[in-house]
Amino acid sequence: MSNEFYRLRVNGVDHEIRDAWTGESLLYVLRERLGLPGTKGACEQGECGSCTVIMDGEAVCSCLVMAATAVDADIVTVEGLANDGEPTDVQQSFVNAGGVQCGFCTPGLIVAVHHLLDRNPTPTDLEVKEAISGNICRCTGYGRIFEAVRQVRDARAADAS
Amino acid sequence: MRERQMRADMATSPNTTISASTGTTTDRSTRSRHGALGTSALRPDGLPKAQGRFAFSSDAWADNMLWGATLRSPHPYARIVRIDTSGALAINGVSAVVTADDVPGKLTYGLIASDQPVFARDYVRYAGEPVAAVAADHPETARRALEAIVVDYEVLTPLTDAEAAIDLTRAAIHPDGNVIRRQRIVRGDQHLVGEIVVEGTYEIGMQDQAFLGLEAALALPDDDGHGVELFVATQWLHEDQKQIAACLNLDPSRVRLTLGGVGGAFGGREDISLQVHCCLLALVTKRPIKMQYGREESFYGHIHRHPATIFMRHHADRDGTLRRVESRLVLDGGAYASTSSAVLINAVTHVQGPYRCENATVDGYAVRTNNPPCGAMRGFGVVQACFAHESQMDKLAAACGLSPVDIRLKNAMRTGDKLITGQVVESVAPVERCIRETAALPMPEALAVAPDPLEIPGGSGLTAQRANIRRGVGWGVSIKNLMYSEGFDDYATARCHLANGVATLQFATAEVGQGFVVLAQQIARSVLGVDTVLLEPISTDIGSAGSTSASRQTWMSGGAVDGACRLVRERLFAAVAGQHGLDPLRLAIDGTDVVDTLGSLRISVTDASRGLSFDETFEHHHRKTEELDENGQGNCHVAFAFVAHRAVVDVDPELGLVKVVQVATAQDVGRVLNPLAAIGQIEGGIAQGLGLAVMEEIVLRDGKMRNPSFTDYLLPTALDAPDVIATMIEEPEPQAPLGAKGIGEPPCISVTPAIVAAIRAATGRELPRTPVRPYDIVFGP
Repeated sequence: MSNEFYRLRVNGVDHEIRDAWTGESLLYVLRERLGLPGTKGACEQGECGSCTVIMDGEAVCSCLVMAATAVDADIVTVEGLANDGEPTDVQQSFVNAGGVQCGFCTPGLIVAVHHLLDRNPTPTDLEVKEAISGNICRCTGYGRIFEAVRQVRDARAADAS
Repeated sequence: MRERQMRADMATSPNTTISASTGTTTDRSTRSRHGALGTSALRPDGLPKAQGRFAFSSDAWADNMLWGATLRSPHPYARIVRIDTSGALAINGVSAVVTADDVPGKLTYGLIASDQPVFARDYVRYAGEPVAAVAADHPETARRALEAIVVDYEVLTPLTDAEAAIDLTRAAIHPDGNVIRRQRIVRGDQHLVGEIVVEGTYEIGMQDQAFLGLEAALALPDDDGHGVELFVATQWLHEDQKQIAACLNLDPSRVRLTLGGVGGAFGGREDISLQVHCCLLALVTKRPIKMQYGREESFYGHIHRHPATIFMRHHADRDGTLRRVESRLVLDGGAYASTSSAVLINAVTHVQGPYRCENATVDGYAVRTNNPPCGAMRGFGVVQACFAHESQMDKLAAACGLSPVDIRLKNAMRTGDKLITGQVVESVAPVERCIRETAALPMPEALAVAPDPLEIPGGSGLTAQRANIRRGVGWGVSIKNLMYSEGFDDYATARCHLANGVATLQFATAEVGQGFVVLAQQIARSVLGVDTVLLEPISTDIGSAGSTSASRQTWMSGGAVDGACRLVRERLFAAVAGQHGLDPLRLAIDGTDVVDTLGSLRISVTDASRGLSFDETFEHHHRKTEELDENGQGNCHVAFAFVAHRAVVDVDPELGLVKVVQVATAQDVGRVLNPLAAIGQIEGGIAQGLGLAVMEEIVLRDGKMRNPSFTDYLLPTALDAPDVIATMIEEPEPQAPLGAKGIGEPPCISVTPAIVAAIRAATGRELPRTPVRPYDIVFGP
């Protein structure tokens, strides 16, 4: 254990991480040191996407990122997608469309879908499937999740026109 | 009798009719009311989960807590010569190391037989068996402490062949013996030989539940060290409480459990995993203990679906009428019994499938080996039996010159028919409708001439050639028992409180993702005419609800909530009737009002309950069942549900790659209580059945897992998910409190043989084994 510290910028807030073992993953630090347990861990190998966060505009598996290497990055977690506690359109749509069952994969999927729609506001169904194929859901069989994404895509398109 | 058909991708469009009447609700006013039964009411935990605010068991945290971790055997079978924990205790930050010597109570636990050690003491019987546990100030400290524990093993030759467990060529590897249970079914003519005889031997691989939320718990020492409080993800709080208390030598009242948020279960949380270890460390250290498995440890830490070998021989008349089934089933239970004996009973009693058959000769074994322990997984023994009987029905169809649909229609079971156990099927049994309505669903479009690579077998691997791809269609139909069997009274308890128009419900029903929390609210809204329904924490502060398994909670806990709400409604009506000098039998709920059905009184439930408080508790019991006799005869099951699946696949036979294009299904649900939740169960179950058909298997070599990770144990992704078209057949079940059958397990059962049958149709291969691997398609029989 070290008595040095490093800084992480998460959801627009700077945090000093003190007395931490430098082997800790970003996922561990978010959950256990910064009080942000919304990001979930389920495989530790970057296979399931439950731990997805946005790092400098890219969706990454936070289980594969050493926290101490993320010092200069701008990190956004599921807790930081909306700033006033109100759900985002993606979050609300997941609930309305039945895309949430046990909910363990949900935060990672929500982050991944926001990331997709930020890059590509009008994805085809196949592009949606490809974009979230790195996020494993064991409960839903994905049907209601596809529907949730379609609803957001179509609602945003309607708002834009 | 109505049905609801929905194209899966249309189901939640705002203007479709899935939230309208189920057509079966007797109370006209409640059936379309927002949030009542029959509507797609939204689950109360949905938004917290989507926002990352919902507390899963792994999110629990306490001041001053320590991290627990488990040392596991690397050997499938070995004698423990010596354990030296001194090296671990010498590490700075390590607070405790515990072994079997530190277990204060019973040294073993188990759901049916108490045969599994809390920690191995003399022998380890599977690779991954717990030997010791540590508590430390950081997960990394705990990991180093585990490395510092020295265990000397005398390594023994593992028993890994299930047949060797039966034929006595190997000495018993456990004091309880190598055969966990044997059950025969002997019915009717034992010598009948059909005009047509088909047979085969089928193998089913070991599937993992692979719930996303890893095992996790937080234990808090309590009562000055004489008790413990546990926040844990489980399927049955009271069963855990009983087993933990026995191992800790505590009165059950001193072991209090609260459900931590559960990230899926699928049977894999029925058994004890870290519960006793976590509580023991809390008692020893007198500090809160958090335990959290990683994915590899999760594969070692919970039981799996039984791998099985099933021989079947079907005898039929030339016209396809099924006359007799013969079967021998061997289920590998692994090192400890878990629920193997009940899984076996499900397998043998469902082995004829949803078909009439007067004569049966069945012999089933659940055996003990040094493979990883197996127990409950969604479908519970019926998955294995269904793969065999549906493969046989296709062989029978071919031998009789009938189509897969016609052979199944010809033999389809009806209400009043007898199972091979002699039990009369009293349940609504719309098997024929399931088949016909599945057949009526539209087929997918042909594969495009120039499809996107993601739509063809192999997907982004970009390997399959369009010209090589062949399409196949296959069928599967199944019968599944609901609730526990063989005389077990798995009752459920619920409490309802009503005051000032607000209902509060309490139950110990494990919410594992299935959505009981929203169903409970819907029941209260419909029965009591309230809008606001609060839910108490799910804990052992109230009586048992039984397990969230066996497709039973809608029926059992739903029945308990319904009963408690009805008792409260009676008291509300009595109060209103007293105030207005009316006979309470004249009162009814209309929308959110109490009304006099023979007069003009109309008063809102809120006003009627203002200043009053009603509190009632109700236990729901299903009808009694009985054990099977030595010939496997007896009314051992409560009720049954049925489903049909049709699968369409594209296959590249040269590369052995499969893409499941579409699954069509008609499911016997009794009554749809929440269309959105129901389609979610159907689509999710189909994905799990697809996994068992084409990708999911724990691969063992000499008893050791070769692929305990999500890198090597493959799960269906969004790109593997087929289009699902579902019809829900609503014929209310008279036995069921709400008319609704359990819907959790049926979706995942016959979809697996349907997909494998479709691959057979596309390739001409026999494919007697599931999951079907590329090698099987390219080189297999």
